[in-house]
Amino acid sequence: MKKKEMVAMLLAGGQGKRLKGLTKSLAKPAVYFGGTYRIIDFPLSNCSNSGIDTVGVLTQYEPLVLHSYIGVGSDWDLNRKDGGVFVLPPHERENGSSWYRGTADAIYRNLKFVDQFDPEHVLILSGDHIYKMDYNAMLQYHKSRNADCTISVIDVSLEEASRFGILNTDEDLKIYEFEEKPAKPKSTLASMGVYIFKWEVLRKHLLEDGEKPDSSHDFGKDIIPLMLADSNSLYAYPFEGYWRDVGTVTSLWEANMDLLSDHPPLNLNDPNWRIFTRNPNQPAQYVAPEAKVSSCIINEGCIVRGEVKHSVLFYGVEVGEGSVITDSVIMPKVKIGKNVRIHKAIISENTVIEDYMEIGNDRENEDEILLIDNRSKKRKSVAAKTI
Amino acid sequence: MKELMGVINLDHELDKLNELTYFRCGAAVPFASRYRLIDFVLSNMMRAELESVGLFVRRKYRSLMDHLGDGKSWDMNRKHGGLFILPPDWNDPTDTSIGDLQHYHNNLDFFKRASAKYIVFSGSQHINTVDLQDVFQYHLEKGADVTLVYKAIDQLQPEHDPCLRLELNEDNLVTEIHQEKHHPNVYLDIFIMEKKLFLEQVEYCIAHGESFFFRDVIQKNRANFKIAGYEYKGYHAVINSLESYYKNSLELLKQENYLGLFKENPVQTKIKYEAPTRYLDSASVTNSLVANGCVIGGTVENSVIFRGVQIREGAKIINSVIMQKCVIEENAVIENVIMDKDVHLSKERILVGDSKRPFVIAKSSKI
Repeated sequence: MKKKEMVAMLLAGGQGKRLKGLTKSLAKPAVYFGGTYRIIDFPLSNCSNSGIDTVGVLTQYEPLVLHSYIGVGSDWDLNRKDGGVFVLPPHERENGSSWYRGTADAIYRNLKFVDQFDPEHVLILSGDHIYKMDYNAMLQYHKSRNADCTISVIDVSLEEASRFGILNTDEDLKIYEFEEKPAKPKSTLASMGVYIFKWEVLRKHLLEDGEKPDSSHDFGKDIIPLMLADSNSLYAYPFEGYWRDVGTVTSLWEANMDLLSDHPPLNLNDPNWRIFTRNPNQPAQYVAPEAKVSSCIINEGCIVRGEVKHSVLFYGVEVGEGSVITDSVIMPKVKIGKNVRIHKAIISENTVIEDYMEIGNDRENEDEILLIDNRSKKRKSVAAKTI
Repeated sequence: MKELMGVINLDHELDKLNELTYFRCGAAVPFASRYRLIDFVLSNMMRAELESVGLFVRRKYRSLMDHLGDGKSWDMNRKHGGLFILPPDWNDPTDTSIGDLQHYHNNLDFFKRASAKYIVFSGSQHINTVDLQDVFQYHLEKGADVTLVYKAIDQLQPEHDPCLRLELNEDNLVTEIHQEKHHPNVYLDIFIMEKKLFLEQVEYCIAHGESFFFRDVIQKNRANFKIAGYEYKGYHAVINSLESYYKNSLELLKQENYLGLFKENPVQTKIKYEAPTRYLDSASVTNSLVANGCVIGGTVENSVIFRGVQIREGAKIINSVIMQKCVIEENAVIENVIMDKDVHLSKERILVGDSKRPFVIAKSSKI
């Protein structure tokens, strides 16, 4: 294999339990977002746009959808002669087999994969976040500091800080301490889970950590503290821009709603930084004479006859006459009948909502985002009440 | 083994779509929010799983080639067979062929290398969803030399005038091919014949100085060949003039047409990576087709909007076709207009065409 300056390793094996039914049969990075995307489109497109042409995708939990989705990577321009995208599920080895035991372990077990490219640096990414980032700019920063490791950070509020991995740095942004979800945070620089390591240095620590039976084999909990203890030079790379963790049903819903303002904080229409995705190739959307659409995102293949307000519609969704959808996310190929009301809900792929159903009005907890699929009971017919 | 190969022959299609065909051939004209006319025949051929597809073009094919690439969008980037774009690059000094026979004569290798024994020919002006494998089976069952596809049209339109008509007997065999304006059986410019017979006839035609394969072989030999007619009943539109382009674009807003063209089988096109369309709070959109990548803050009525169009607040689009990447600024008004790609319309401009004769704005204009 040709030598690469940097290869990316994308951790995509997580289940994402807090996304409940959305990750019942697919891994978290494959969860839908923003009317057409899956979460993994963001790191993959960032790689493609940053000129990184070699990406290993580490999969484990429910990989079927993810594997077939990534395919040979042509949608992200990652079907390359030299490099490209590689799907790396756990595999059996001479001395037995087991699952990836942690984020660092996933890389440790693929040392041979990384070694083939003899890279100077390795970029570690996760498939949990929505953001646009130039990893090449981060690499230049990493090189200019001659860092062993550079961690991308975002400034959060002090109240939020205890939900994140927090990096304590000196004025020069040199990291001296890492605290996972500190009760009393000393800084507001939260790790975004984006790391660049000198491969030589990371490799050494992965080998060391891999032998420790009591380690949790996690980048944040084990590798970073180990490197700090070894007095390696670690720097924080301040990122400014839109970045959201979409690990819960509520945060996924909120990130979708962020797209709906007239000037959204995340611009998906930037021709210089496209977010690539597998195109479902649907005909243009049809907005009927009786339809009303405002403050919403609608994808191709939709047929809208009702009212859609402040909502996100994925491809192939049909909305019947007289139906009103507000503050909701409707995933692909959902069929919504006539005179339906849907408020503040996420409707899973392929769900059928019959005529006169009401979802999400008079809920007990206004803050709760309802997650509806064909099995759920949280809907009721209002046929009795004449509309 | 695949028994059928395809030919898309654009040689005798006239570029009569005014500004839309000044710099591109008719097959490359954008249609239905996100397609080009050629996508429909290519998608039908893709669905029929043909061994290879040859595309014969003579002029203005740059934008067509850009659109087609290696044929990947139609699954035609194959190791064996697939899509062959065959422009007129021929240099045989002994060549005496003329007309569309030039294409066939100069690309004999394309036909001979394929193992398929039958060829389906099509143009690009008839938009349809014909199941070509079904036509092929019908051709075999009928034991015909040639099978022609037609549709019986109840209400003939001006765009049908140049189309050929088929007279059929009770066995659905073609007895006459003519151009009588009031005859309902409109020929769809699709025929199937055996490759062996085709190559023999090409050689004969060239030897006799003929210039137009369909006219000089099939039409002239209607008594010597067994010519079957295959009746198609699905969605059909002929696009051979600006008026027919405009009318059929807006006709897609009728549900039966939209569903007839798109419901059963996907139509494939070159993939663009656009975000889904975003409607602002001020948007008001009714009875319209909208592709992805648009940002719409204005009013859109009875219109067809292509990918990546921006319609700013207060702008009003009525009965119009707005192609890719146009920008309509605040409070501009457009009615009965076809706007080609990349047009920028400044604030408060008003453009109104006639409902029968739309006003066309050429590509990349700034107004």
